[in-house]
Amino acid sequence: MDFDPSILFVQFISGLCRAMVLFLMASGLTLVFGVMRVINFAHGAFYMLGAYLAFSLTQALASWPGGFWIALIVAPIIVSLIGGAVEYFLLRRIYDREHLLQILLTYALIFVFNDIVKMIWGVDLRIVNMPQSLSGFVPVLGHTFPVYYFFIIGMGLLVALLIWFLLRRTKLGRLLRASAEHRDMVGLLGYNVERVFTIVFMMATWLGGLAGVIIAPTVRLSLGMDMEIIIEAFLVVIVGGLGNVLGALLGALIIGQLYALGILVIEKFAMAFLFSLAAIIILFRPSGLLGKPVEGGG
Amino acid sequence: MSRASAVKGGWVVGAAIVLAALPFVLEKGLSPYYLYLAIKINVWALFAVSFNLVLGYAGMMSFGHAAFYGAGAYTCALILAKTSCPMPLAFVAAPVLAACVGLIIGYFSVKIKGIFYFAVLTLSFAQLLYIVVYKWRSFTHGDDGIQGIPVPSWISTDVTFVSYYFFTLIISLVCVYILWRIVESPFGLMLRTLRENPQRSTFIGMNVQRYRLVAFVISAFFSGVAGALFALLETSVSPDLLFWSNSGEVILMGLLGGMHIFLGPALGAAIMVLLNSFITLYTGYWQFFLGITLISIVLFFPEGVAGLIHERYAARRGKRAA
Amino acid sequence: MAILSVEGLVKAFGGLVAVDHVDLEIEANSIYSIIGPNGAGKTTLFNLICGYYVCDAGRVFFKGSDITGLAPSKIVAMGMGRSFQVTNIFPKLTVFENIQATVLFRKGRGFRFFSRAAEQERKETETILEMVELVDKKDEPGGVLSAGDRKRLELGIVLATQPDLLLLDEPTCGMSPVETASTIDLIKRIAQDTSLTVLFTEHKMDVVFSIASHVTVMNFGVVIASGSPEDVRRDRKVQDIYFGED
Repeated sequence: MDFDPSILFVQFISGLCRAMVLFLMASGLTLVFGVMRVINFAHGAFYMLGAYLAFSLTQALASWPGGFWIALIVAPIIVSLIGGAVEYFLLRRIYDREHLLQILLTYALIFVFNDIVKMIWGVDLRIVNMPQSLSGFVPVLGHTFPVYYFFIIGMGLLVALLIWFLLRRTKLGRLLRASAEHRDMVGLLGYNVERVFTIVFMMATWLGGLAGVIIAPTVRLSLGMDMEIIIEAFLVVIVGGLGNVLGALLGALIIGQLYALGILVIEKFAMAFLFSLAAIIILFRPSGLLGKPVEGGG
Repeated sequence: MSRASAVKGGWVVGAAIVLAALPFVLEKGLSPYYLYLAIKINVWALFAVSFNLVLGYAGMMSFGHAAFYGAGAYTCALILAKTSCPMPLAFVAAPVLAACVGLIIGYFSVKIKGIFYFAVLTLSFAQLLYIVVYKWRSFTHGDDGIQGIPVPSWISTDVTFVSYYFFTLIISLVCVYILWRIVESPFGLMLRTLRENPQRSTFIGMNVQRYRLVAFVISAFFSGVAGALFALLETSVSPDLLFWSNSGEVILMGLLGGMHIFLGPALGAAIMVLLNSFITLYTGYWQFFLGITLISIVLFFPEGVAGLIHERYAARRGKRAA
Repeated sequence: MAILSVEGLVKAFGGLVAVDHVDLEIEANSIYSIIGPNGAGKTTLFNLICGYYVCDAGRVFFKGSDITGLAPSKIVAMGMGRSFQVTNIFPKLTVFENIQATVLFRKGRGFRFFSRAAEQERKETETILEMVELVDKKDEPGGVLSAGDRKRLELGIVLATQPDLLLLDEPTCGMSPVETASTIDLIKRIAQDTSLTVLFTEHKMDVVFSIASHVTVMNFGVVIASGSPEDVRRDRKVQDIYFGED
């Protein structure tokens, strides 16, 4: 088998793309866990919703020049509103319950969302057309890449910057960081816990929906999208450390590159690398690369 | 004989009559499909009750039990399809191998603290096994699976499902009885303590990991039996058996039926299989109903359907659940 | 002979030294108390003694053997029982089962798979239930008990392990004066009826002085004073700490 080392560069770029989408998903997951101590198994469903909404919006606005861009703005907002409703009507009731039941509730939610998407959009694979402005190719270091790849990478970095700004420079961000340290910090500091939780969940689902819109032109939308992405997002969050957004970025980069490398090696089952890494992390450093190790037992 | 045990005896005899007559009623009276469905429920019920030893009794949410189910199915299938060993040998080897897989996966997993990490670790191990089975085409035939497993004629389903029904029923009853004895034993009580409060268990001197591992291996063993039963029923196996969504199914059966009642998951299995089969006749959206039902259970009656029944019944009798 | 002795125990969390070179010697068959304000390091000291935390320096000797660094379950098996400030019981098991499970475990029946647990060791379980005065509540789930009853249940669980040394972490925490008095009574009675050594932490002075034969006062991880209740009460440093407290 001929091995062309420059193929590594190609895989690096595609791994970076994947990493950015994973980061968008994982940051939402990790924020929700850090502040609300809830694992949202249904997070992938919001991603899927974002993608399908992008489909409908771009279809409806097909004659308009900026259809995709409008979808990019509008779809995540719609998704976050739905997220807010889910938090308000459902999640709120299980905050004081055991983790087991929380995980089971969000797992059951996946089924509901899956069929809702099925009801509205049917089972056929859907395609979202790439926006004209981004559909070209660009030569980089002797290889040609779709311009869209760099759009994805750019969006990921932009969002990372936005989140950094939010967490480090705003009052809300300080509050979120404090909550990640101490469970009851939000209430102790006198804030309205319920309102903060809703906002955080809406932010997380906004990120998920955004990820869905961004990925949409590069894949065929199918009803299994949510399951595929959520498992990878879990792995990212574990590698990076639950509750740590920088960890989500680091974890995403590692997982993204590992997957790209894996494709070169075992082709269809790059996931094996990811699961192995997750297993190693859980066994030897469960708090993840950037999480804090926990003292004591039980 | 006291009145209570006379009533209880009556229930047992009644159930025995129903179970014995059922296959004939279903197959001759309705259609062989219904009997096939009953057997399928039986197999899933065994899987769910075995799994629940780990979830409901030991408090560990394993998301990788499909690995043991699939290991049992594949062991049985491979031995029957590729060697000329007799069926009983294949049928016994299946749970033994599943238990070995359980020992390996369990050894690493029971040390993990935190339900989410435990779930993802068990899921990862199971998915790795799935990938191995999928890729190892020369041995397992990959995603083609193994078709046409030779089943001995006395339990073959070519002509009728009745003989296989009784085979499955008897095997399941034996397994469930053993599991029942285990659950009611001092070991079962120890498991419940470490479900409730592992820290307290440690501080009465218990080696929590060892107990968890034993429970895990026992559960894997009987899940392997269920897998073998499945393989013989379908006369084929495919890697999908090991996919994590099957692990999810069996968790949901436990939730639906009730994790803290011994036969709760069996009831959950029956409800899930029936729901799946019958709702799909009317609408393609059975997942929606399943999801809504499960959400309602978590919010309003987390002890499941069996738990609900038990509450009504036990309120009059003063008994207790797990 | 000292049943428990602690030499130069140190434990720090990041920059904070929670236990700072603490020495302790506890005679068998005594009731020994460690008092100090919140944050003095009492619970950390307990966690070090029973192996829940690993110490940064120092040694712990129990019944003559060096138990430094041993796992909690091993230390418990050697005869040390521990109750927690936040009561640790088995909530969904009945009061009876809470005790029974412990008795069965102690008797090595943990890995019996085929006998019925419900009928075993009923007598010993009932005896312990009587000792902690919970017989009338024996069929209730542990989780529905009042806070005071839960502490009794935990005490029952610990007694069921038949320890030689009983570590009680703030046994009257959150109790009303009436409950406090009856709990102290119970501890006194248990210590008298059995040959147990009791070591408990407290920050209510009157509780301590009514039953302890020896008191050690801690603050900021350091031992301030140690001796009989009378000596400690008169110690100037102790009075400074408790000036204005009850």
